[in-house]
Amino acid sequence: MTRRTPTTDVALIAGFAALIAVCAILPDIKTGIGVPYSLQTFGVLLTGAALGPVRGFLSVLLYLVAGLVLPIYSGGASGISHYSGVTAGYLVAFPIAAALCGYLVYRNRHGATQFTFVFTCGLLSSFLVVHTLGPLNLAWRADLSLKEAFSFDAAYFPGDIAKNVVMALVATAVHRAFPDLAARKRPARVEETSAA
Amino acid sequence: MSAGPLGDYQPGTSVFHRLPVGAKLLGLLVISVVAVAFRGVATTAGLLVLAVLCCAIARVRLGRALRALRGVLVAMTLLAAYQTWQRGAEHAFVVVGALIALLLLATVFTTTTSVERMVDAITRWLGPWRRFGVNPELVALAFSLMIRGIPLTLAIAGETRDAARARGLERNPRAYLTPLVIRVVAHARATGDALHARGLGD
Repeated sequence: MTRRTPTTDVALIAGFAALIAVCAILPDIKTGIGVPYSLQTFGVLLTGAALGPVRGFLSVLLYLVAGLVLPIYSGGASGISHYSGVTAGYLVAFPIAAALCGYLVYRNRHGATQFTFVFTCGLLSSFLVVHTLGPLNLAWRADLSLKEAFSFDAAYFPGDIAKNVVMALVATAVHRAFPDLAARKRPARVEETSAA
Repeated sequence: MSAGPLGDYQPGTSVFHRLPVGAKLLGLLVISVVAVAFRGVATTAGLLVLAVLCCAIARVRLGRALRALRGVLVAMTLLAAYQTWQRGAEHAFVVVGALIALLLLATVFTTTTSVERMVDAITRWLGPWRRFGVNPELVALAFSLMIRGIPLTLAIAGETRDAARARGLERNPRAYLTPLVIRVVAHARATGDALHARGLGD
């Protein structure tokens, strides 16, 4: 039976970082209103909900750092230009949003298998973090007023809600399939023996 | 679909290929700060010339530079049009031109830096953090696992998508994303166990 080991944590962090990369480079989901939705933010929030705050944060961070050299940002782009560019705020928001989503989900471990609970955690995280830092940076770098930037950002709301629905469906399925994913770091007995 | 998951790297012997990774990143950071601090027509024109010059020195192929721009070109055109309409053509040139120049400079970075050198640099940079409990080898392990994990995950995504299509569920993202993510977790745990059995990470 799999226990929590440092190597399993590293493999999960790496696996979800690769998953976010795949979500970001998969062809966009076409929508009727002209804004293409990539699955990138789905991957980011799912990582938080599945791995919890610490592993989730590190996984998204790994994805972002790897994206400095690999073309794994949304639409197959790469490079630090994104950090000086108009979308940098969204990228910076991602690890924070994943950590917040993971913190909220892991606070109530029984809730991790409940759709409404996980959906609320995801939606809260994307609105509190992604949809504030993203447009703030957009206003700064693209030289728009805050009002203009926030109304550009609002075009992503419907897609974001849809992505959080799918995220919650998938995350609850994952927690049902792997109930010990959200288990405490180590069983108390092991901690006692290692401390002795 | 975009470039292969192993990146834009293009072997070569130019100055940029030989520069240390850290120096290139620092240079980009400095240029980016300058672009914001001294915003103006002259600065943007200078940045664009510098970017084209750097592309030429690094021998970035034209196709590659265009591909780097392609993804953002639509957004840039929209932004330029909006800025022209709201604040005039000059302002649009200053803002959008600087962004394009920075994007080209970043392309110079990605085409002249191999994944191996980037991983080596990360391991080296994290050395001083060892005393705070950071394990540079584990971080480098995470990087290599992730890089190898991308083609694998892409393959699983293709399989689960085909399976969903076979059941007539191709329009239902949940039908292929759930098995994809469950297989990613299962694979990560098997990898973790295998690494643990080899005594890694203790």
